[in-house]
Amino acid sequence: MEITSPDFKKNASEALADTTLQRALKNVELGFIGKRQDAVDALPEFEALRDLGRDIKTHCLKHLDVYLDEYEKKVTASGGHVHWAETAQDACEIVRDICRSVGARTMTKGKSMISEEMQLNAFLEKDGMEVTETDLGEYIIQLRGEHPSHIIAPAVHVTKEQVEADFRRAHTQLDPNRNLDDPVSLLGEARAVLREKYFAADVGITGANFLVAESGSSVIVTNEGNGDLTQTLSRVHIVLASIEKVIPTLNDLDVFLRLLARSATGQEQSVYTTISTGPRRAEDPDGPEQYHVVLLDNGRSEMLGTDFEEMLRCIRCGACINHCPVYHAVGGHSYGWVYPGPMGSVLTPSLIGVDKAGHLPNASTLCGRCESVCPMRIPLPKMLRHWREREYERHLNPTPQRWGLKGWAYFARRPRLYHQTMRFGMRLMKYLAPQTALMRRLPAAGGWTKHREFPAPEGKTFQQLWAERQASNGQTKGDAA
Amino acid sequence: MNFASPTPKDTKGKRVGLFVTCLVDLFRPTVGFAAVKLLEDAGFELEVPRDQTCCGQPAYNSGDKDDAKALAKQVIKAFEGYDYIVAPSGSCTGMIRKHYPSLLADEPEWADRAVAVAGKTYELVSFLVDIAGIEKVSSHFTGTVTYHDSCSGLRELGIKDQPRKLLASVPGVDLKEMKDSDVCCGFGGTFSVKYPDISNAIVSKKTKTITDAGAGTLLAGDMGCLMNMAGKLKRDGSAIQVRHIAEVLADMADGPAIGEKSGR
Repeated sequence: MEITSPDFKKNASEALADTTLQRALKNVELGFIGKRQDAVDALPEFEALRDLGRDIKTHCLKHLDVYLDEYEKKVTASGGHVHWAETAQDACEIVRDICRSVGARTMTKGKSMISEEMQLNAFLEKDGMEVTETDLGEYIIQLRGEHPSHIIAPAVHVTKEQVEADFRRAHTQLDPNRNLDDPVSLLGEARAVLREKYFAADVGITGANFLVAESGSSVIVTNEGNGDLTQTLSRVHIVLASIEKVIPTLNDLDVFLRLLARSATGQEQSVYTTISTGPRRAEDPDGPEQYHVVLLDNGRSEMLGTDFEEMLRCIRCGACINHCPVYHAVGGHSYGWVYPGPMGSVLTPSLIGVDKAGHLPNASTLCGRCESVCPMRIPLPKMLRHWREREYERHLNPTPQRWGLKGWAYFARRPRLYHQTMRFGMRLMKYLAPQTALMRRLPAAGGWTKHREFPAPEGKTFQQLWAERQASNGQTKGDAA
Repeated sequence: MNFASPTPKDTKGKRVGLFVTCLVDLFRPTVGFAAVKLLEDAGFELEVPRDQTCCGQPAYNSGDKDDAKALAKQVIKAFEGYDYIVAPSGSCTGMIRKHYPSLLADEPEWADRAVAVAGKTYELVSFLVDIAGIEKVSSHFTGTVTYHDSCSGLRELGIKDQPRKLLASVPGVDLKEMKDSDVCCGFGGTFSVKYPDISNAIVSKKTKTITDAGAGTLLAGDMGCLMNMAGKLKRDGSAIQVRHIAEVLADMADGPAIGEKSGR
């Protein structure tokens, strides 16, 4: 996937001008925020669960080696195989080799953000594999040749009318005069088309919301049941997961499941929660013959012990994205890589480098709404700021910005000079501010006045007036000379 | 989020250092004088240290830790002698209360001083209610108002009920809540000039909810947000007046509103 994060500003401007996209994006605000709040309000212990979830994840990250080791032992004991992948490329090759070893030609795929990170579909298609996404949103964007614009609602940027056009274009085997006016008919059509794919698939790939160390299980939550069909109907089940997904016990899983669905979609529980442990046993009525887990690092272990370790607590609920005013304005594709919104703006620089992702930590008002809804209490604004510090240290931000900041700090660090200068500065500003045409040509002021008037200062500074008041009162309070 | 509400203390004669904030100092001295009046009416002995400029937040949020630290030390030196430090801004208060301690944590001679200053720094309106125990202010105002909850005050300091409580005590104030009053106005400091188009998209949504509230005056507790919203309303030709909440609480809302022609 081409990284377009350095073009964030251009991407964002195009997104703002795209009226179809803007119409689709309204669904994020309308569809998620109120439902989450209702679900949270209905659970008195929600805040306590957040603390517990955070603490469990923090503990896991401190002992990640121990839990991953235990997890691997349990998977192996249940007849499965664990494959360790340091990079996305390694993981792609592992999946390809498993597919080759069983002579697989077709594959169904449940939703997996890791596979987006790996660009797995493109890799396997080059090897001659037919890959079908089975999550409805993922299926839609696969037909459109796009990438997810949201981690739990990958096609949230697409309107119903666009989906109808895509289905008519792709499903040429069906009656061209069929009625696809309402969402239910679209859903029905996708279900019928996908059903054939499940039965034909040689390999089924799913992601994992959690890996349970004590039992060697992988856990997925879905609302469509596509994950279950993907992993039980094919001969081989491959689980893709990044290393930070491991949690200690099934009891811990309960905490995360209660947090995840409420934070993500405002549901008490997702429609399907599926726990898989190893391949089909002799006494099982169904299940895959082989069970593989590919554990991807791809830069995550480098985050341990740094300012960004806490990001690894993320359970990918999307709440930060759903509540982000910047995301609401520009949508997910503007961010230019796999993960959008606040969690993406913290994670992306870790995974692809801050030199490539530099805009992302800056494209935030630091309003803090993301942190206030994060079920894992990840301090996202703090970490965005840490990235800004890294950029500043490495001189990655634009020179005019650095000079502007340095110039301002020069005065701000010298109060006496500052107050004298500002007296004159504000008098000038009072005259300039109403001259909109002129203000637009001034550096920095142009960004402001493009869309807003610049409110004129009152004239004298407070310090000036305060000194005058003290003098006329004959007082010497403070240091008001 | 839980914000323990401190019990009002005996505050008579305590010395308060007013941290004016750079935007109030430069753009809207009226807010500074409103803060002075409210604090003096509450019985505090008020001083305005001359050696103050800015809290350092623009540097801090831009990744420039050196300048942020230098400005934090400047504030600490100027204010650590007071019983309380009060600022008419949730954002600058958040910087001092929440960020100075971590910013200076690894400098032995400053770490404790940063924590001490942080512990006695308050945003003006929440200080009046939570610390000074003020139930009502002596002011009057005629008209409908709507109140925007600025992000730092709301989410870093838990300021939500205090401004509404004091507004309710002003005869003639009719509060009409806007939808999503807790959603960012799109200012974000340098964000507003670095990403003007995105900032505009966010503030446009905000001014729509402000207009839909049907109030004649918009109030908030932070000059940055106020200038952003006032600038947008003005550009759109709106007649809604924009003021800092302290102006209304201090009975000083009779002059020109933010962005209107001033005679001073």
